[in-house]
Amino acid sequence: MKKISINLNGETRYVHVEPNDVLLDVLRDKLGIKSPKSGCERGDCGACAVLLNGKSVRSCLVLAVEVDGQEITTIEGLSKDGLTPLQESFIEHNAFQCGFCAPGVTISATELLNKNPHPSREEIKEAIAGNLCRCTGYESIIEAIEKVAKK
Amino acid sequence: MKEYRYVGKPEIRIDGKEKVSGAAIYTDDINFGPDLLYAFIVESPHAHAMINSIDTSEAEKYPEVLAVVTGKDFPYKFGLYMQDRFIFAQDRVRFIGEQVAAVVARNPKAAKAAAKLVKVDYTEIPAVIDQMEAVKEGSDLLHEDLENYNHVPWFFPKPKTNIAHWRKIRKGETQKGFDEADYILEDTYDVPRYAHCAIEYHAATGLCDKSGRLTIWASSQSPHTQRHLFAEALKPLGFTHKDVRVIAPHVGGGFGSKAGVTMEILAAAIATKVKGHPVRIMWSREQEFYNTYQRLGVKTFLKIGVKKNGKITALDHKIYWDAGAYVEYGANVVNAVGLSAIGPYNIENASIDSICVYTNLPPGGAYRGFGYSEFLFGLESHMTRIANHLGIDPIEIRRVNAIREGDKTAYGANMNPNGLLKAIDAVEKEIEWHKEFKSSDPNKVIGKGFSLLWKAPAMPPNASSSCFLKFNEDASINLLVSGMDIGQGYLTVMAQIAGEILGVPPSKIRTENPDTDRNPYEWQTVASHITWGSGNAVKKAALNARDQIFDLVVRTKHLPKDTLYLEDEKVKCTQNPNFELPLKDFVVDGIQMKDGTFKGGPILGKGTFLPEFSTAKSNPETGQGGHPNVHYTTGAAALILEIDKHTGKMKVLKAVEAIDAGKAINPDLVKGQIVGGLVQGLATVLYEDMRYDDKGRLLNPNFTDYKLPTAKDIPDKIVPIIIEVPQPDGPFGARGVGEHTMLPAAPMVANAVADGMKVRIKSMPVTAEKVVMAYLDKDK
Repeated sequence: MKKISINLNGETRYVHVEPNDVLLDVLRDKLGIKSPKSGCERGDCGACAVLLNGKSVRSCLVLAVEVDGQEITTIEGLSKDGLTPLQESFIEHNAFQCGFCAPGVTISATELLNKNPHPSREEIKEAIAGNLCRCTGYESIIEAIEKVAKK
Repeated sequence: MKEYRYVGKPEIRIDGKEKVSGAAIYTDDINFGPDLLYAFIVESPHAHAMINSIDTSEAEKYPEVLAVVTGKDFPYKFGLYMQDRFIFAQDRVRFIGEQVAAVVARNPKAAKAAAKLVKVDYTEIPAVIDQMEAVKEGSDLLHEDLENYNHVPWFFPKPKTNIAHWRKIRKGETQKGFDEADYILEDTYDVPRYAHCAIEYHAATGLCDKSGRLTIWASSQSPHTQRHLFAEALKPLGFTHKDVRVIAPHVGGGFGSKAGVTMEILAAAIATKVKGHPVRIMWSREQEFYNTYQRLGVKTFLKIGVKKNGKITALDHKIYWDAGAYVEYGANVVNAVGLSAIGPYNIENASIDSICVYTNLPPGGAYRGFGYSEFLFGLESHMTRIANHLGIDPIEIRRVNAIREGDKTAYGANMNPNGLLKAIDAVEKEIEWHKEFKSSDPNKVIGKGFSLLWKAPAMPPNASSSCFLKFNEDASINLLVSGMDIGQGYLTVMAQIAGEILGVPPSKIRTENPDTDRNPYEWQTVASHITWGSGNAVKKAALNARDQIFDLVVRTKHLPKDTLYLEDEKVKCTQNPNFELPLKDFVVDGIQMKDGTFKGGPILGKGTFLPEFSTAKSNPETGQGGHPNVHYTTGAAALILEIDKHTGKMKVLKAVEAIDAGKAINPDLVKGQIVGGLVQGLATVLYEDMRYDDKGRLLNPNFTDYKLPTAKDIPDKIVPIIIEVPQPDGPFGARGVGEHTMLPAAPMVANAVADGMKVRIKSMPVTAEKVVMAYLDKDK
């Protein structure tokens, strides 16, 4: 067991982890952050995406010990001071159905808009291509992101 | 058409904010505290084997292991339509991945490590992987005592064979119909198995407390049916329905996989062996692929006879299902298709045999479309081929044969009002069917494909729904129902229905996920019946509440009841424009009289719905005489496909789908179903299929090898079209559309490939490889 510290959604959190604990499990089971979901355990689906120092990573592929002293943001952190324009747009467009992929998609789209506030439709598709959604056919999600990108 | 306030409007989902803010709680998000135990399943490595012995002693000694359970602990059968499976395998395993034992430990790592120490001694016996082999006389049998299995009265198993159910339809005189035909086309079509791939796994946590109360939290489409099946299966342990409780949080996708009962019964059963501790069981992605229901594989033999003008004179459809090792749910897919494999056509002479065959592959079960995608692939391919042969436009031949209101269905009942012809017209126009499309790239060709669709809810004739409606002090409402919002928008739509009748905006209506202790009965969220069935119950509950409100106003204000109406959260009166009584003034507290007393009390609406006209009773040899399907939803679709002649690579440039929703309670959500369902359908034809080796082992149980479409793989453009020909017995005329949206995808792709490349692919999926190989072989 090793004690690590994570700047998690703006707050310093300390946690004991095993060398083989993956970040996703530590976030969910030891730190109570439930928005990242497990959907494949191998980086295919993107449901577990979080921002690591501002860049999206698959938290199922990251060992918890690796993020010692780093900054992690999940959607609990993004909407700390109210929903972001992206999240508002998702609501307005009925962008999600079951909603299980929503946290991961939100992380990917947030990362995109942070570095490229006015992406094209193709850039949006590229940015969320690592997030599998089985319900929507992506169209409503892309439209919601486009709406924010045009602002 | 009547203008409604909330019905027919693109209301924002009432669960939208929860889902985009991370607030939505799914089953595995619930905290059960430090006493939570973890179960890990020991699975069969063989497709067919006898279990000689199970030695659990080493596993039991492993640190932090609390219990190891096997089939001996639970010699109980269960099943939705046919009780043909046990909670854990008893003396025999019938597919790779079947649950043989479970290890329960303090943490998941210990449970997994100890599971490896469970020693199971097997003797392999011959496995039957292919349904056409399994159906042969003298084939090795999976279920020798089939004749003793309990099943619903509309199943017809054939003892001492692998045939679990045989649905027959004999309508008119099929041979005479073929004799009268000018042209007959006969061919076979193959459709493999498919996986649902909800992004959320199956997950269930069971707790049997020391007082004997059994609670299961499950990702579920069927909380009440699960409670029923748990209570029935565990009856020998002393449980009754009131002792069992199912709590169903948000569901991260279902598509049929979380209907009925699969792994959830493990949580229920295991919990009884570790009383007082919650025990969690969650599938991995691999287990999602090999030990939940799969879409059944199918081989169809189709023969259609037509006159020169395209009018069908006879149809003979023989459908052999690879239903897997247990068919407790899957046999009803077979039944549903048997009733409907005539397609959305008015055909006087038809013969259908839909045959449910046991194989040593994982159990087949409900998958969005419930068998209709599978038979429509062949049928709608056939229709285009016949049209081409006769020199008739593929749309025209469908128009000639399209079923209309009052025509007889395959089982002899009258077809319901429907907008099939309107859908055909709308699609023909939007896709610009009669325009020539040509690719600017000489390496590419453009093909156009068309398909019709239809589907009825497949459910027992007494599948029922119910609703309680509670007013709060501020006239906001809690709607208690037990359907599941599996993404389709059910909760929102129910709020719109209640809101419309009570003059309360849906944003002031809270519709919660169910808990079987508190929410009233709902059969299951399947069959695309929930807007119709549960919607009717909600409507009746709202009308019941309205009646109570009006009665109270009549009693206290002495206004005639027929002059009262509800609008803007107030009671108003047609005779007296000055009368306005806000609901919040009295729906809980009552109305005060001059003497200071109060009349009334909390308004509590109640509504139930059961389709009393439905019956599954019919002649088993002909299928005639009953009314097993409550109604059909119809539609049409077309696409424009660009195909690379050298690689076979395909791209959908435009897809159009029109569906008759009767009345779209929320058009935005209906469009969401059309787009999402169509993409899921396109995935089955362009990307996905389950590959098994000859030992019955699934070769691609993950998202790397089983390809789901990403945002980059969707059509350039999808145009959803809503047709509204009201369903007379639906709430505001609504009928279901959820599953239907994926049905036309496969045949229209095959038809477009044939149009563009002049090759006919008769097996799914229609991959680039298959297309280009067929193209290269074409002139040989």
